[in-house]
Amino acid sequence: MMVKSKNLTIMLNLLALATAAMFFFPTFWIIMSTLKSSSELFSFPLTLFPKKIVLTNFMNVLKNDNFMLYFKNSAFISVTATIITVGINCLAGFAFAKYRFKGRDIIFMALLSATMLPTEAIMNSSFSVIQKLGLYNSLWGAILPTVATPTGVFIMRQFFMEVPDSLLEAARIDGASEFEIFRKIMFPLAKPVVAALTVFSFMWRWNDFIWPLISLSDPKKFTIPLIIANYAGELSIDWSSLLAASVISMIPVLGVFLLFQNYFIKGIAGTGSKE
Amino acid sequence: MEKTINNDEINQEVLYERQESIGNRKKSSMDVKKIKKEIIPYLFILPNLVAFAIFFMVPAILSMYFSLTNYDGLFEIDFVGLKNYQRIMGNKQFWVILGQTFKYVFTLVPILYCVSLGLALIVIQNIKFKGLIRGMFYWPVMISSIVVGVIWKWIFGDALGIVNYILESVGSSGIPWLTTDSFAFIAVIIATIWSRAGFFMVIFIGGLNSINESYYEAAKIDGASPWKRFTKVTLPLIKPTSVLVIMLSCIEAFKVYPLVLSLTGGGPGRATTYLVQFIYQTGFVKTEVGYASAMSIVLFVVVLVFSSIQFKLGKGGEI
Repeated sequence: MMVKSKNLTIMLNLLALATAAMFFFPTFWIIMSTLKSSSELFSFPLTLFPKKIVLTNFMNVLKNDNFMLYFKNSAFISVTATIITVGINCLAGFAFAKYRFKGRDIIFMALLSATMLPTEAIMNSSFSVIQKLGLYNSLWGAILPTVATPTGVFIMRQFFMEVPDSLLEAARIDGASEFEIFRKIMFPLAKPVVAALTVFSFMWRWNDFIWPLISLSDPKKFTIPLIIANYAGELSIDWSSLLAASVISMIPVLGVFLLFQNYFIKGIAGTGSKE
Repeated sequence: MEKTINNDEINQEVLYERQESIGNRKKSSMDVKKIKKEIIPYLFILPNLVAFAIFFMVPAILSMYFSLTNYDGLFEIDFVGLKNYQRIMGNKQFWVILGQTFKYVFTLVPILYCVSLGLALIVIQNIKFKGLIRGMFYWPVMISSIVVGVIWKWIFGDALGIVNYILESVGSSGIPWLTTDSFAFIAVIIATIWSRAGFFMVIFIGGLNSINESYYEAAKIDGASPWKRFTKVTLPLIKPTSVLVIMLSCIEAFKVYPLVLSLTGGGPGRATTYLVQFIYQTGFVKTEVGYASAMSIVLFVVVLVFSSIQFKLGKGGEI
């Protein structure tokens, strides 16, 4: 439904800008707050911009050895889980799209039905499984349970179904093995979808709370969301550190967002943002 | 000449022989190839399937089993039948929490629906800075729920929060946002909408873009006002998208936890404690795993009902 009258167009532009400003304000506000010195942070009147920009809040957080540890843990979990997720989802999606085999449809339906099973509803028993496998309190305990993402398999299958069979046949006649076909032809073809899945997967893991919460107990193994939740739950909150840590935690996500904005705002974002 | 013919004859013979042996070999290698070919797809899905079985199927079955036991997470595990479910029935606190969860879901979903549809309607117009504005609406979706909670906790702070600062500077008194039941609830709703509207906006954009412009032209010729065009053309045509958005947001809302945890901690008291947090406390803090598992099954059934409605209705139209 397009609006065409000129006055309306101006109004609409104003409305859009105002709403966008409103939506951006909370992010803007905490960034500004972290740039204020702690004495300014707690003094009235509040000002939109810091009177004097200081980086001490960030420095304090970054200087804290533990925070770098949390950052590393988060990065390790996100990157490793993403590599495994993309690899195995891609393989499975390819097989579901391009081969006929017994039980294919049943297995695929079973995988998909898992999207109806909330992680939160199985956290107690998942904990038992993680414990029995000796993954409790290991970063792998936060990585492995997440890798069989049904959404990932679904996206990859959708993509490979569009690839013409003749391409596979031609490669087979040339004597390529099935794995070679996957590695040399299919995987490179799927690059745009793989990139999208990579981006989403990284986001999911970086922001994930539930799996690290149930699988990690040693504070040295904590991820950033875990530690932020801990800070935020304290009785007397150290706001300058909490806000600075929160802003730092958003930086990788912002990078990903700016680089791959189109993946999120167009096309597959609808299927992609829900795990 | 003769030589060549002879050669050819010899060659022919050799060739026949060869072909024969190739034929024999082919048979056996065909079998191997066939088996190989049949195994290959299973090999491709194997890693994913193993991870899925261990971390989805097994816990799902275990959950059901645990819910019928008095498992305490450590040693004791006895079959108790439906005792946990009976306990849930009689547990007033559980029903309060479940009621609160439903109240949260059914307050949130209509508002979230309107806001995300509104945002989508704005950004599909020919406005300036379209990409940037879309980005600004979507950006909160990218932030982890824990951090979303922190951001709004800072904004809604009693003494230092900017909302109260603005309220006080225009002469009204500050609101104890996070320390009174009803305002804490409002704060949770606002934070959730801020963090999720962009996601559902994207889904609506897809639905709105698929509407053929000629419908609007026709309605215009018939003299329909913009509001009429919206209610009589747009809304009916995006019905499948609407169903999808409503069901997805319901399912999501039932699982709310991290955002509330960092924003209100579930408080004041238990005013904003919802089902997942309650299950977590029962299972991990009080270590009544069997009991918590029974509650999980309740959560699962609730989510399943909404998923199947979405599945059924969603089939009616392309999304």
